Amino acid sequence: MAAFEYAPAPESRSVVEIKPSYGLFIDGDFTSPRDGGVIKTVNPATEEILSEVAEAGEADVDRAVAAARAAFANVWGPMPGAERAKYLFRIARLIQERARELAVLETLDNGKPIKESRDVDVPLVAAHFFYYAGWADKLGHAGFGPAPRALGVAAQVIPWNFPLLMLAWKIAPALAAGNTVVLKPAETTPLTALLFAEICRQAELPAGVVNIVTGAGATGRYLVSHPDVNKVAFTGSTGVGREIARAVAGTSKKLTLELGGKAANIVFDDAPISQAVEGIVNGIFFNQGHVCCAGSRLLVQEPIADELIDALKRRMSQLRVGDPLDKNTDVGAINSAAQLARITELSAAGAEEGAERWEPDCELPSQGYWFRPTLFTGVSQSHRIAQEEIFGPVLSVLTFRTPAEAIEKANNTPYGLSAGIWTEKGSRILAVADKLRAGVVWANTFNKFDPTSPFGGYKESGYGREGGRHGLEAYLDV
Amino acid sequence: MSELTGQNPDAATRGQNRASRSELTGQNPDAATRGQNRASRSGSSRLAVRKTYKLFIGGAFPRSESGRTYVVNDNNVALASRKDLRDAVVAARKAFPGWSGATAYNRGQVVYRIAEMAEARRKEFKSLGVPSDEVDAAIDRLVWYAGWSDKIAQVLGGANPVAGPYLNISSPEPTGVVGVLAPADSALLGLVSVVAPAIVTGNTVVVLAAEAHPLVAVTFAEALATSDVPGGVVNLLTGRPAETAPWLASHADVNALDLAGAATDLARDLEIAAAGTLKRVLRPAPADWHADPGLTRLTAFLETKTVWHPKGV
Repeated sequence: MAAFEYAPAPESRSVVEIKPSYGLFIDGDFTSPRDGGVIKTVNPATEEILSEVAEAGEADVDRAVAAARAAFANVWGPMPGAERAKYLFRIARLIQERARELAVLETLDNGKPIKESRDVDVPLVAAHFFYYAGWADKLGHAGFGPAPRALGVAAQVIPWNFPLLMLAWKIAPALAAGNTVVLKPAETTPLTALLFAEICRQAELPAGVVNIVTGAGATGRYLVSHPDVNKVAFTGSTGVGREIARAVAGTSKKLTLELGGKAANIVFDDAPISQAVEGIVNGIFFNQGHVCCAGSRLLVQEPIADELIDALKRRMSQLRVGDPLDKNTDVGAINSAAQLARITELSAAGAEEGAERWEPDCELPSQGYWFRPTLFTGVSQSHRIAQEEIFGPVLSVLTFRTPAEAIEKANNTPYGLSAGIWTEKGSRILAVADKLRAGVVWANTFNKFDPTSPFGGYKESGYGREGGRHGLEAYLDV
Repeated sequence: MSELTGQNPDAATRGQNRASRSELTGQNPDAATRGQNRASRSGSSRLAVRKTYKLFIGGAFPRSESGRTYVVNDNNVALASRKDLRDAVVAARKAFPGWSGATAYNRGQVVYRIAEMAEARRKEFKSLGVPSDEVDAAIDRLVWYAGWSDKIAQVLGGANPVAGPYLNISSPEPTGVVGVLAPADSALLGLVSVVAPAIVTGNTVVVLAAEAHPLVAVTFAEALATSDVPGGVVNLLTGRPAETAPWLASHADVNALDLAGAATDLARDLEIAAAGTLKRVLRPAPADWHADPGLTRLTAFLETKTVWHPKGV
């Protein structure tokens, strides 16, 4: 088929030094857990064990919160904003300097293609710190009153799909606003957060301002319900989001949640087909579909459905699935065996419920966790694959006749994180965007992110915004 | 009536209650027809027509479907049931597309119109025991919020300078259906201060009136009903919030809760129930309802929508 075969072009992993084991980063030092066990972290592309990290227990979380409290009271809280800003600028620069190392480590631990970690995740991480650094001494001009105060200690729990980027989304605004943090990375992707801890040391960030406690669900539960935290920020599943909302009920803790999604990507019959196909592919296969704002429901206007789906299948057949470290790879490994099982189960349900399954004929590596980019046509609103978040490279295609029907179907979900619109007609873009109940609407593009751009959901996709001036509100006493 | 006189509260009172500007409400026929039992006995021999205090749902004033009432100041007041609450949520949801889709200018004028109608009912509010300065403050607050309708988007939203060839704009949008527990400590000003900020941005509300202040709440609903507020935008249930609020908090078609009137334990339970559908929750906090309200109640029930579009020739 292909005119030219691709030669393997793997990125070298020699730039990264992974230690056999890591402690918890508390009060400026790596320390052993007092009462916790260890968690092995695995390269999902090979099932190779990369390292062992500590599992923080209650005593460890207590220590981390105490360190953050002391740093807030004694150092970071009283520090002039201009000085806080310079620390954050310094961190942004260190991230840029160590970008390759961070990208390779992210790809090893997460399974995402190196071209994404190198060209999307890590540059956005640096940009986030650079952006929020500048806010630290300008908070009085941010529209929250003349002298908005920090909240105190922020408990932050982040997911495995964008480990370092979600860390940046959490830590940068928190520190800029004058809070100190205790952050728990996901149990399957702790390594870049631990490398970030090293960057904090290199930046000579005062001890206790950033604390990283690795662990699983129990660690996270204990952290968010700790009585001495003032703020809880969570990105992850809607189920866990509900649990956290219950846990903070009746307290004075401020809560922001960035949860699941089931975004509609709406293609009207006048859309530029080839651009739309690129946008659809980016929308659902970027990061293996492990994206809360993924365009997982394709809504196509009937007259162009056949043409679009044919073009989409041709494009999907060109996707290169395999070694995440290979610079040509488009789709990497599924992050964990558990996630692979969930994607497999939901896809099977799609076929059982009567949708038609299609996947390109591509070879998958024999080791690791893999799932072919998959397309379901003939999907109806009631199918599980149209309702539930799959969080994998699986696209459900539905059709519509009128704009009103497209809007109705797009909004027919408890989620409301993002949506896409493809049409050449400007007035239609604006009218449809107005009616979509979603926090981010991409028109004739998809999956674009920027530190200045607020991100977050409507309805059961959570509340609060991350990014931009709006993102400061989550970390200020306003 | 001259537009100019409308700027003067006293003049407005005089103008709209054409009969008299007397503060002695008992001598004012208008007050008698507003249903106060005491008033009806104090004046002429004519028997006053009393007012029936009912619920306000979808622009109409039904009794509770349960047939229940409770007594407040000798009045039988509707005691709302779970079914009434569900009807109110349905009405609020039905009104949401039209109200949120109305222009900000239009919503501002409608909320200003509420102030006009409230001004016309000054005497009735006073006869129900609302202090004069509270009536003033409540009306002025409606005017203040009316002006926010077409300004809040400029204050909270705008273009974001993203690092790429894209137009990127954030705008606030209403959250949807907001459940409100009206404050117990301020019958009129408290009620206005929780309803106005929610609706002026395009939300629709289901308000559980404070248990002890249904007469003022229903009278305010009568002002709403004559203010060009579309039916269903504000729905008001009298009765026992402790009984109905849990259904409001767990209702899957309610997007947010303002717990202003909830006591500590109830507030916690309601917040837990609200977590099931991830409602936005504004927790109760001690409030000086006369103080500058700031933007808190406006922003609590707004979402930010950000729209991207590529730039290219």
